[in-house]
Amino acid sequence: MAEFRELTIPFSDETIKSLKCGEICYITGPIYTARDAAHQRMADMLAAGEEMPFDFEGNVVFYAGPSPTKPGMVIGSIGPTTAGRMDSFAPDLIAKGLKVMIAKGSRNDAVKKSVVEHGGVYFAGIGGIAALMSECVKSVELVDFEDLGPEAIRRLEVEKLPVVVALDSDGNDVYDRKR
Amino acid sequence: MKEIHVSKITDAVAELCIKACVVVAPDVRAYMEQAVKEETGTARQVLEDMLKNQDVAIERNMPICQDTGMTIVFLELGQDVHVVGGDLTAAVHEGVRKGYDEGYLRKSVVADPIHRTNTNDNTPAVIHYEVVPGDNLKITVSPKGFGSENKSRLKMLVPGDGIECVKNFVLETVRLAGPNPCPPIVVGVGVGGSFELCAKMAKQALLRPFGSRHPDPYWADLETELHEKINATMNIGPAGLGGITTAMAVHINTYATHIAGLPVAVNIACHANRHEETVL
Repeated sequence: MAEFRELTIPFSDETIKSLKCGEICYITGPIYTARDAAHQRMADMLAAGEEMPFDFEGNVVFYAGPSPTKPGMVIGSIGPTTAGRMDSFAPDLIAKGLKVMIAKGSRNDAVKKSVVEHGGVYFAGIGGIAALMSECVKSVELVDFEDLGPEAIRRLEVEKLPVVVALDSDGNDVYDRKR
Repeated sequence: MKEIHVSKITDAVAELCIKACVVVAPDVRAYMEQAVKEETGTARQVLEDMLKNQDVAIERNMPICQDTGMTIVFLELGQDVHVVGGDLTAAVHEGVRKGYDEGYLRKSVVADPIHRTNTNDNTPAVIHYEVVPGDNLKITVSPKGFGSENKSRLKMLVPGDGIECVKNFVLETVRLAGPNPCPPIVVGVGVGGSFELCAKMAKQALLRPFGSRHPDPYWADLETELHEKINATMNIGPAGLGGITTAMAVHINTYATHIAGLPVAVNIACHANRHEETVL
């Protein structure tokens, strides 16, 4: 059984570099949700030279869109969506400083190359345990793109969000069965 | 002639949407409870978390996964049923609207595949109609997430390709899907028919209970063979982090086909494998 590591946001470059593929980590701090539609918008804004909706430096993006929040609860069910759909957007965002990603599933070679080049890390969560994962979320705040509904950018304060290092800054991939 | 009021249909669809998203099916639960004993390390931990998640979802009456899917509805309408009080199709869409609102389920449908504006009520549903003998209306609701739907494939093989190419196509699809469709998965396979029927059979194969077998022993044996091969050789495992629990079931549905054709479709479902049914 792998060792557990507890990590606090923001991530320093040293912390990112020290993370090794396959390590199980618990992440605490603020993370920002953004999935397909939000990535498309950020890409368009980047191309137009506009400010990003949140500060990228040391911060973490979570590819996720929660289900609606019931009265009296912090958030609905929430968990990672498939990372691969964001592969076409990720290299530009990584280059811009958004070097820590959480989602699920494999990444393409372009993302691997960017992660290695810029010293980033990609964490995978378990897909489909979203009722359980919602218990890690302590507060939610809308940041931008409210019109996108579940795809809006939200700032979540999470406590001990369980993830595994899926792609480390040396380019090792937890899903690579040839390892 | 038996009459069924549309309001009953709307209420039934709403209830099925919520139940399918919150309560995992007993066959999935039983499969995971067995699999957790056979796995070790990370794979075991992942399955334990999946089981724990199923409990939390029921306790807190919230969906097991945030992706509560596009709503696929199968209607088997008895030819001796008279639907009264309105439009059958509208009643189904209304049921989806109601279920996704009252159940706090995520609205994941966009009105146009390119312009992509969220409809904000998860409608329209995808509805399949079949007219059958009798005076019942059977409604099956399957909220289908697209993490797994996106990994599904269809190929128009030709007769000379034979059974080996069918097998290879199924295995290749599962291999290419890898960790992405939230394994342990369910593999629904359609073989034969026409282009569209083949895809529909693959989807319907996902609705079969675990342990059910194709009525023809030839195909039933192939279901077992592919299931064992996927789990023994691929090492995809729960959440794609390795292990012997990659697929919980392989179901194959077949139909007659054209002298020139051998269509094969593979529809993949995630470990939630949501579907619920009722008979009115």
